[in-house]
Amino acid sequence: MYRVAGILSPLLAGACVLSLLIGLYLGLVVAPADYEQGDSYRIIFIHVPAAWMSMFVYMVMAISSAVFLIWRLKIADVVAVASAPIGAAFTAVALLTGSFWGKPMWGTWWIWDARLTSELVLLFLYLGYIALRGAMETQQGAARAAAILAVVGVVNIPIIHFSVEWWNTLHQPASITKFDKPSMHISMLRPLLIMVFAFQTLYFFNLMVRVRTLILEREARSSWVAALAGERTNG
Amino acid sequence: MDSVAVFFHMGGYAFFVWTSYALTAVLLMGIVLWSSFQFRKSQQQSFKRALQHQARRQK
Repeated sequence: MYRVAGILSPLLAGACVLSLLIGLYLGLVVAPADYEQGDSYRIIFIHVPAAWMSMFVYMVMAISSAVFLIWRLKIADVVAVASAPIGAAFTAVALLTGSFWGKPMWGTWWIWDARLTSELVLLFLYLGYIALRGAMETQQGAARAAAILAVVGVVNIPIIHFSVEWWNTLHQPASITKFDKPSMHISMLRPLLIMVFAFQTLYFFNLMVRVRTLILEREARSSWVAALAGERTNG
Repeated sequence: MDSVAVFFHMGGYAFFVWTSYALTAVLLMGIVLWSSFQFRKSQQQSFKRALQHQARRQK
């Protein structure tokens, strides 16, 4: 696992940088301005991928927490712990960029709207998960309590997703997941999807690095770490 | 106005667009750099500990 992650991470980092460059170029330079929102809509190329990733990373965290609770698989716990900070970062990016988009378009930095509030709850779920890991005295107790929090918190994900349909909100409804009739022009859709890919690879790259760190810390006394250390110093 | 100035002007939304992009860059690059720093630190520590342990056993 440690070695596989070591091989994957440079590949993912390369794919991420490449798609970021292409996505930013197409999104900021090539794509035309929106006829209603002018150039302010260009925030979409980071806002939507970050918002999607904030939910995707949470799903990864919740599923691996469930796997950890049911089958006691240690690596699932490692994946969940490693995912939490990056998920929190994506959520913060979604909220901040949304705020900087809301100000010129809606005239306000923040309103207690269903979509915005449920995304804020997601940020607190991530932060609560991280805090719980640090607060408990025993490793095992912390792992179980945090995993339960992650699994219970998954109820928030459909609330975020459907909030724009269930309640009247300022937030505009989905414009991409309507595959029958996409309401976005291809010149705007293409950079958006490339940026989604870039954020995905960024997450998996970061996940690999963080998983390797955690494995090293947890397995510091095992023989394979000693063998690896010997390899490094002799070779 | 030349095209570079037009690009940075963002149709009058320069402040909002560029602040969003800057904040995103700071947060995401921050977590990437922080993670790789932590990885390097724990790699050094665990290797050092493993080698010390080995040396002690060989004595």
